[in-house]
Amino acid sequence: MSEIANSIFTPETAARFDRLVTLYPVKRSALVPMLLYAQDEVGYVSDAVVTEIAERLDLMELDVRNVLSYYSMLRTKPAGKYNVQVCTNISCMLRGGYEILDHCKHKLGIGHKEVTADKLFSLEEVECIGACCWAPAMQVNYDFHDNLTTVKVDEILETYRAGKGKDVK
Amino acid sequence: MPTLVSHPDEVKVISSRFGQGAADIEKYLELDGYKAVQKAIAEGPDWIINTMKASGLRGRGGAGFPTGMKWSFVPKQSEKPKYVLVNGDESEPGTCKDHVIFLHDPHAVIEGTMIAGLAIGAKMGFIYLRGEYRYLLKIMEKAVADAYAKGFLGKNIFGSGLDFDIVTQTGAGAYEVGEESALMESLEGKRGVPRIKPPFPAVVGLYGGPTVINNAETIASAPHILLMGGEAYAKIGSERNGGTRLFGISGHVERPGVYELPMGYNLKKAIYDVAGGIRGGKKLKAVVPGGSSCPVLLPEEIDVGLDFDQMGKAGTMLGSGGIVVLDETVSIVEFALRTIAFYQHESCGWCIPCREGTDWIKKTLTRVYSGGGSKKDVANVQYLAENMMGRTFCPLGDAAAMPTLGFVKKFRKEFEDYIEGHKAGTPIITVEQLVGAH
Repeated sequence: MSEIANSIFTPETAARFDRLVTLYPVKRSALVPMLLYAQDEVGYVSDAVVTEIAERLDLMELDVRNVLSYYSMLRTKPAGKYNVQVCTNISCMLRGGYEILDHCKHKLGIGHKEVTADKLFSLEEVECIGACCWAPAMQVNYDFHDNLTTVKVDEILETYRAGKGKDVK
Repeated sequence: MPTLVSHPDEVKVISSRFGQGAADIEKYLELDGYKAVQKAIAEGPDWIINTMKASGLRGRGGAGFPTGMKWSFVPKQSEKPKYVLVNGDESEPGTCKDHVIFLHDPHAVIEGTMIAGLAIGAKMGFIYLRGEYRYLLKIMEKAVADAYAKGFLGKNIFGSGLDFDIVTQTGAGAYEVGEESALMESLEGKRGVPRIKPPFPAVVGLYGGPTVINNAETIASAPHILLMGGEAYAKIGSERNGGTRLFGISGHVERPGVYELPMGYNLKKAIYDVAGGIRGGKKLKAVVPGGSSCPVLLPEEIDVGLDFDQMGKAGTMLGSGGIVVLDETVSIVEFALRTIAFYQHESCGWCIPCREGTDWIKKTLTRVYSGGGSKKDVANVQYLAENMMGRTFCPLGDAAAMPTLGFVKKFRKEFEDYIEGHKAGTPIITVEQLVGAH
């Protein structure tokens, strides 16, 4: 049973948050992970998410929004079910990162930070994701895909479209 | 999934358990796991710190500060609790070495955290991974849970009467948080902006308590050092640069990958022998030797040993060990723009020279790249970069300025030729147009 009445989160996530705040010497330390987990569940950091997290951590909503606006993985608008994040930083760029990004744009018919009409995919050009030696690389949600070619990208997108893609949470 | 690579010149210390299933605690125990921490308990804090000092291990995050000395700076007596903080926020472009450590040897990170805790008298450690590394967080979480289940973490570890707890978490996307004081801010649930130093973390760190903060590779090296002895570890490396290091070689090489080489290993050999040379038989144009913030080296400058001192002498840095190799097809104008675009995106905005400097360099280089540059732009970029150096709270300002200076100084002619070559028929793009476009 969550400590918060009428939590907007599933019982599992609510229980996780209850535990998370006990791990740190200071409750507020749970803020960044909580925002990320909340986003994983809701799809984005909605106003309701901000309200509940502020209540859980005894913070003002303003404090939460101040932190929220800092981190590039946190978003305040829904993304697609599968958020495709293509790295174009130096190591990926040298091995075709921009070709992969252009291919995704063409294939999905959307641009940077846009969502497909069926809300299945969204696309983002991202900074280095720590897969430089296996470049070019991208992430679909949290799942890494590396040594990409346009053919491989097509297969990956098809796998997700068919609902068979891995979805690390 | 990252592929493991191998080369005969490698000396496998930190990577000795890679590919052997050591994420499983039973396998880790089979491979001498958790022996170093028991030795550390038996021998005591002074022995740990002396062994670390003797090892010559220097911070693998990039600054190269001697680890044993860092640990010895933490005051023995403290009213506030002390903490160990593991920096796994690996975000420097070109760097993916901690990625493979978390993947293949998570218990080494845990054991190293415990050893650092024993050395400074801390009861709690935090392992902070970058937000993108969710699957690695899950590996770390399982490893920590397994260590608790075995009684290795928690109350009275290994019958020592000492307690030690570990919390793992990720960030949510911010290069700046890799800076130690910004990481502490983030861990305290705030925006990741840097703190002014002094006081240094060893005195006033996380939650105001004395804190040791080390890169994940540094921490994961500690158990190996305690088992093999400080002197033995030091001997593998070069003078004042003990041991081995994970070098991630990426870009235009035949066999990119993370290789463990002795400190002081020749950079040219690393590129041509270890990583198989330039892809497709092309010619080498330049090397960014230690992550994107390190000044670029020309082909004639790469006959140099990969350690902190020799790289410093060569006018660049060893940095994070991420070696990015550029062949003759690369446009340095484009590469310099991509590099500064990253720093402009990641500047936290706290210090004006960095916030404004990265922004104006990006705008100017965008104009050059778009074909609307004037000769004065190159001098302007250099002027901006020079005035960022040393004028910010954290090293991000320098990290953005240094590679920029390297590019415009060493490839000045290429910038000028580019500007000249694109003049005919191309309209000058005003900054206002650029701001609108980006």
